[in-house]
Amino acid sequence: MTGIFFVIIYVGIFVGSAFLFTKVLAKGMSDYTSLKTVTFGDESAVRPNRAAGIISIFTIFLMWGIFTGSSLLPGFLHAPGPFMGDTTFTYTAQVEGQAPDDATVTVLVRPRGETVDLPEVDPGEGFAKNDVVSIAQWRSGLVNVDRNDDLNKSDGAKVIAINGQKIAPGETVKTADGTVTLSDKGTPNFAPAKGWQMEPLYLPAPEEVWTRTLQIASEGFRNFTLLEHLGFSLFRVVVGFLLGAIVGIPLGYAMGLSNWFRGWFDPIVEFMRPVPPLALIPLVIIWAGIGETGKIILLFLAALWIMAIAARSGVSGVKISKVHAAYSLGASKAQIMRYVIIPNSLPEIFTGARVAMGVCWGTVVAAELVAAEQGAGMMIMTASKFQNTDIVIMGIILIGVIGFGIDMLMRAAEKFLVPWKGKG
Amino acid sequence: MTGLSIDKLSMRFDLPDGGHVQALQDVSIDLKAGELLSVLGPSGCGKTTLLNIVAGFLAPTSGVMTLNGHTINGPDAERGMVFQQGALFEWMSVRENVGFGPSMKGMPKNNKKEIVDHLLDVVGLQDFKEKAVYELSGGMQQRVALARCLANDPDVILMDEPLGALDALTREKMQSLVLKLWKETGKTIILITHSVEEALLLGERLIVMAPRPGRIHKEYRLPFAELGVNADLREVKKHAEFGPRREEILNMIWDMEEEIMGTKEDAA
Repeated sequence: MTGIFFVIIYVGIFVGSAFLFTKVLAKGMSDYTSLKTVTFGDESAVRPNRAAGIISIFTIFLMWGIFTGSSLLPGFLHAPGPFMGDTTFTYTAQVEGQAPDDATVTVLVRPRGETVDLPEVDPGEGFAKNDVVSIAQWRSGLVNVDRNDDLNKSDGAKVIAINGQKIAPGETVKTADGTVTLSDKGTPNFAPAKGWQMEPLYLPAPEEVWTRTLQIASEGFRNFTLLEHLGFSLFRVVVGFLLGAIVGIPLGYAMGLSNWFRGWFDPIVEFMRPVPPLALIPLVIIWAGIGETGKIILLFLAALWIMAIAARSGVSGVKISKVHAAYSLGASKAQIMRYVIIPNSLPEIFTGARVAMGVCWGTVVAAELVAAEQGAGMMIMTASKFQNTDIVIMGIILIGVIGFGIDMLMRAAEKFLVPWKGKG
Repeated sequence: MTGLSIDKLSMRFDLPDGGHVQALQDVSIDLKAGELLSVLGPSGCGKTTLLNIVAGFLAPTSGVMTLNGHTINGPDAERGMVFQQGALFEWMSVRENVGFGPSMKGMPKNNKKEIVDHLLDVVGLQDFKEKAVYELSGGMQQRVALARCLANDPDVILMDEPLGALDALTREKMQSLVLKLWKETGKTIILITHSVEEALLLGERLIVMAPRPGRIHKEYRLPFAELGVNADLREVKKHAEFGPRREEILNMIWDMEEEIMGTKEDAA
């Protein structure tokens, strides 16, 4: 139910803002480009709408706030929350040979973790006595209504109706602020209305994640500061990647230049390339343990094949006419290597480096999920074991931001260092 | 003796299926220093193979080539090559591309700069010398390729359809430039082309090759290149001899193409 409303609101914002920005605000935009509405394979004609991008990100946070009852949003924007307060329902108990008797159950619904003092209630008339219980929000609880009754289950007492509606074991009756289900053994089970909001255990409000981020940033998490956790992950990636590049690039060059090297290493490289680095984690742990060495070996292996293949294709991709031209201009083999083959392969190597950095970042997080003393992956895995969903979400966002940042940096470096990429 | 001498050159390619292709059969050409030879022929007649062998990129199956008396084996700076396109080094600026040959020889910077500046003047690219080559138009890129080849001061310049990828207007301008450079530098040039008009305009001598096996079909000695050095090429095309020659050669090549198609059908 919540899901349907979620989708309706999301699609509503999408369609509404699209209409507003493309039809109302951008009136008169009808140049030739506007005719290119269908552009299969023609990237250039469709450009991302900046407004759409901003609204999209804003919408994510808005939806997050709406369905977690965020304090950043005014109350009227919140999705209906879970019921909180006092509610009652009546049950009808029957013992054979006697007239049925009604009694009232008062339920105190409070946030989870709050201790509740149960008030005294007037027991009322008849053999069935009034009850009072407390149930946490988003939870449900069995109400042993016969506990204080004069005649209970052992006397053959049965609950036959809730709020006057007939009920049998397994059936459910809606009450004002929740539902009552009769268990197989005949005990009413009260579930307060959950509303449409997400439980903080599953999805904390954005501001809670933010406060937790500030707290972790200042206090640290499990003996290490936040920066140390992230720094350790980054350090492993950089060292593993550099080692992979230092070995992989010369290996790729050798494979691109010598038939023997190509023949020797092709089976190894082509076999190792499709093996996901994650599949190597168990073996690396057996060999090198869960410390830094193991992580760096794993990332080295993740980067090695990618860099070797990138360097290999960079070398084999050189146009023969360029090599011929260099020969007929009097270049020696060493000069052709230095001035033609290496610069020609750099764009491919950069593409490989970008892919390798991305793969390494993913692999390091996964390796830390499995076993680590510190690191971004270890942080979210440990937090999840203690149900600290806010830390988990914070970690995921930070991992995403860093991964994105790495890619942006690599792109910038590529633009600066190999401006001739794709211009040959 | 000076000049390029090609004697009974043959080239046979073995195919993976066990057969073979006779790309060239007993091709002999004698070229005096400073001659401009254009080579024309239907596709598959072995003209590019011939050029690659002269450049030293391919070893012939049999035959001997000598340049200024010594035997050719392997590529060398004495034989410069201009390719159709895509042979410039896009990681270097225009200036670095033109200076590539001198740099490889370890020429002192000042001498190199003098040569590069002079050649960029000759091809009209002085204002573009710091640009990346991929920022230039196709015609400008071929000017860079010409200048790069000349910077090495080769004895022979081999041109493999250097103007093939250019538009008609640029092509005409470049044809004039090739003639101008030929006259000014006095280089021996072999130019391969698909265009009959270009072959007539630029060839002091013209060889028409025939396919299967690649061989010399007919040879001409033409006055148009000499005329074109000082005149507008469009004027040269109005020369009384130009039209009939063009028709004659076109018919010759059409007949060869038809023959190829015919043999193909017979084979099938």
